[in-house]
Amino acid sequence: MNKQAIINFQNFSFHYISQAEPTLHDINLKIYPGEKILIVGPSGSGKSTLGHCLNGLIPFSYKGEIKGSLTVKGLETKEQNIFKLSKMIGTVLQDADGQFVGLTVGEDIAFAQENDNIPRDLMHKRVKKVAQMVDMQNELISSPFELSGGQKQRTSLAGVMIDDVEILLFDEPLANLDPATGKVAIEIIDDIHKQSKKTVIIIEHRLEDVLHRGIDRVIVLNDGRIIGDMDAHKLVSSSILTENGIREPLYVIALKYAGVKVNEEMCPGHITTLKTEFSRDALKVWLTKIKADQRHSKNPSILEMEDISFSYDGVRPILSDISFDIRAGEMISIVGKNGAGKSTLSKLLCGFIKPDKGIIRYKGQDIKDKTIKERAEIIGLVMQNPNQMISKPMIYDEIALGLRLRDVPEEEIAVKMNKVLKICGLAPFKSWPISALSYGQKKRVTIASILILDPKIIILDEPTAGQDFRHYTEIMEFLVEINKLGVTVIMITHDMHLMLEYTPRAIVLAGGRKVADTAASIVLTDAQVIQEANLKETSLFNLAQLAGIEDGTHFVQGFIDYERGVKNR
Amino acid sequence: MRLFSYNLIDTPIHRLSGLTKLICFLFLTSAVMFSYDIRSLLFVLFFSIYILKLSQIKYSQIRLMIIYVLIFLVTNAIISYLFDPELGVDIYGTRHEIVALYGRYTLTWEQLFYQVTKFIKYASVIPLGIIFLLTTNPSEFASSLNRVGVNYKVAFAVALTLRYFPDIQRDYQDIGLAQQARGLDLSHKARFSDRARNALMIVIPLIFSTLDRVDLISNAMDLRGFAKSKKRTWYTSKKMTWRDYIAICTSVFIFLGIIGVSAFINQSRYFNPFI
Repeated sequence: MNKQAIINFQNFSFHYISQAEPTLHDINLKIYPGEKILIVGPSGSGKSTLGHCLNGLIPFSYKGEIKGSLTVKGLETKEQNIFKLSKMIGTVLQDADGQFVGLTVGEDIAFAQENDNIPRDLMHKRVKKVAQMVDMQNELISSPFELSGGQKQRTSLAGVMIDDVEILLFDEPLANLDPATGKVAIEIIDDIHKQSKKTVIIIEHRLEDVLHRGIDRVIVLNDGRIIGDMDAHKLVSSSILTENGIREPLYVIALKYAGVKVNEEMCPGHITTLKTEFSRDALKVWLTKIKADQRHSKNPSILEMEDISFSYDGVRPILSDISFDIRAGEMISIVGKNGAGKSTLSKLLCGFIKPDKGIIRYKGQDIKDKTIKERAEIIGLVMQNPNQMISKPMIYDEIALGLRLRDVPEEEIAVKMNKVLKICGLAPFKSWPISALSYGQKKRVTIASILILDPKIIILDEPTAGQDFRHYTEIMEFLVEINKLGVTVIMITHDMHLMLEYTPRAIVLAGGRKVADTAASIVLTDAQVIQEANLKETSLFNLAQLAGIEDGTHFVQGFIDYERGVKNR
Repeated sequence: MRLFSYNLIDTPIHRLSGLTKLICFLFLTSAVMFSYDIRSLLFVLFFSIYILKLSQIKYSQIRLMIIYVLIFLVTNAIISYLFDPELGVDIYGTRHEIVALYGRYTLTWEQLFYQVTKFIKYASVIPLGIIFLLTTNPSEFASSLNRVGVNYKVAFAVALTLRYFPDIQRDYQDIGLAQQARGLDLSHKARFSDRARNALMIVIPLIFSTLDRVDLISNAMDLRGFAKSKKRTWYTSKKMTWRDYIAICTSVFIFLGIIGVSAFINQSRYFNPFI
């Protein structure tokens, strides 16, 4: 190749001052102008650090020791500054909400221009033009509270594109988006790549979602080293993904279950390119052999909502006529896009707010007279971000908090503590400070602090948000264990894998109404429900269609049943 | 819930640039601060009430603020009378007693006149402040602070606080609810010392989640070149039009007029009707 690399890592290593070991080892990587690159790797693999090295946060904001060389457009980055680099590489950060610094869309897009002292009129003209590119021209005076997650991300994108940078860097663009919005985000990135011929680098661990559109090369990172550098077809056919804790696309897992040897000739990198000639028969045979899971919960009802309606202002209903019945020991997911009323539902259950109409029953008893504190002994709520719950420096004190507030004697707390710590796998950390824990472990602490109150039902808000495959599996298997102990688990989630793999039943909310209450396999294959809840068709369904299997829902259910058999649950 | 319910409507006052409004506000309030001439003060009071009407601010928006201010003014008046019932006599140099109350407390026309003047003086500043806050877009406010010489980093901090305040408020509510579910009692039933300690259990997680946010925002700002040069321009700054110049001239004229009345007619900051 004669082209000059626009980004060139040569024997590059980076060592954070605060860390014992270097985070990046001996990276050699060339990226050429106009390429679209995906960097995947589990948490802690160094992929975010690699991104920080590119945009200049390393070494200018996060200090550390650099060895080797990294050049962008031929310039050694450590000799530049963060401002010069930001003119070459535009970064869209993971949390579109946090990076929204303006009070309105227009202002936020203009932010970089303001800092460049661009005169007001010229700035307004440019903002309009860029806003058009991301289809936000009609929202210029909207404030961030009026925007959806996807619109915030479009705004962030416009905010970096206004500088006409040559390289766009996306740091986990899918992390906070629901499946449908995530799909659109990938499409926008792809369209902009095609139109502008900019170099695009996407850092993400949700491989299958990014592969919704074409990618030139995928770089796999683990333990600070480059493990693989190849196209999507080759990567998906190899064993690199499973070896490095990255989730394989679902359709690939299905093919493997069916005994199909996935190879490059099948073009398995994207579901749209997959050639199914070789696998059709195998899939059909496999499907007939799956034993349907006949276990249906016959337990008595534990939590029932009957005709619940709620509105904050008496005018605009947040929830209308919601009824459902959850049986003891179920594991269930509640899905729906932002603003569908999911969090209002959990607030109603915990008693933070009172319904305008309708009855909530626990084991057949109306619980409207129970206080928040009393309800907490039945229904525990675990918030999404563990930092929002932890208020004590020591693990023991944090978990004991709920009992101490109830004046339970210390001896009794100690007994319960040992039990809960054991369940949560935190026993070795009993006398540790919380600051020494990883994110996943903190999450366990917050779950433990709820479990110690011995609730019969536990509600988790996005339990796996932002987690890589290994942590996701860890958290979910842990919840399965808890569920096996008889605790009913309700999860509020966007995660379609979670629904498919762990919750046989899903309740779907849209616009404050219940639009579905059925098996996850049906929810994820019903076009109307998918659209209403901002979900996305599972690739298993697409695979079924490609393979000429008529009943796609049956195929998806078959997959779920088979997987449950494999995992022996 | 919004802290400053700036609302976007199209009135002559909203059309003025933030810079103009800041300058007018400063001129008019300094004039009011300077003068103790009840005629001038009444003029400014009526003028600002007229502007308030012009900017279509509804009474419901400002009711709470007005009530607080009135309570403050009345308390202030009573206390200043209790401390120094003869201040009016000292200032105006005459003594016309209305009624003797108790001990050294007598009510004089001079004291009454002085306190009414002072009441109007404070009362006429309030509508001006309200107009400024409610008709100026917060980031335009930041840009005007910058244009009258405040460092832009300080000015931007003001806008940023307004931007993230609702987020942090929401975090606070969520955290509070989750902690209450664990048994935290924030109601009036709990003892005061307990309540203070319990409040800490909300504040600590709030601080940690806010620190996460601060880290993110500062990275986002660095990556888009904040603070790279000594100056910056503002997307929200408005162009100065003839209206702005008229507004500024009017306020300068009022300012000079009031100073003039004191300097040449009263020959003092006080207007004395008793001689």
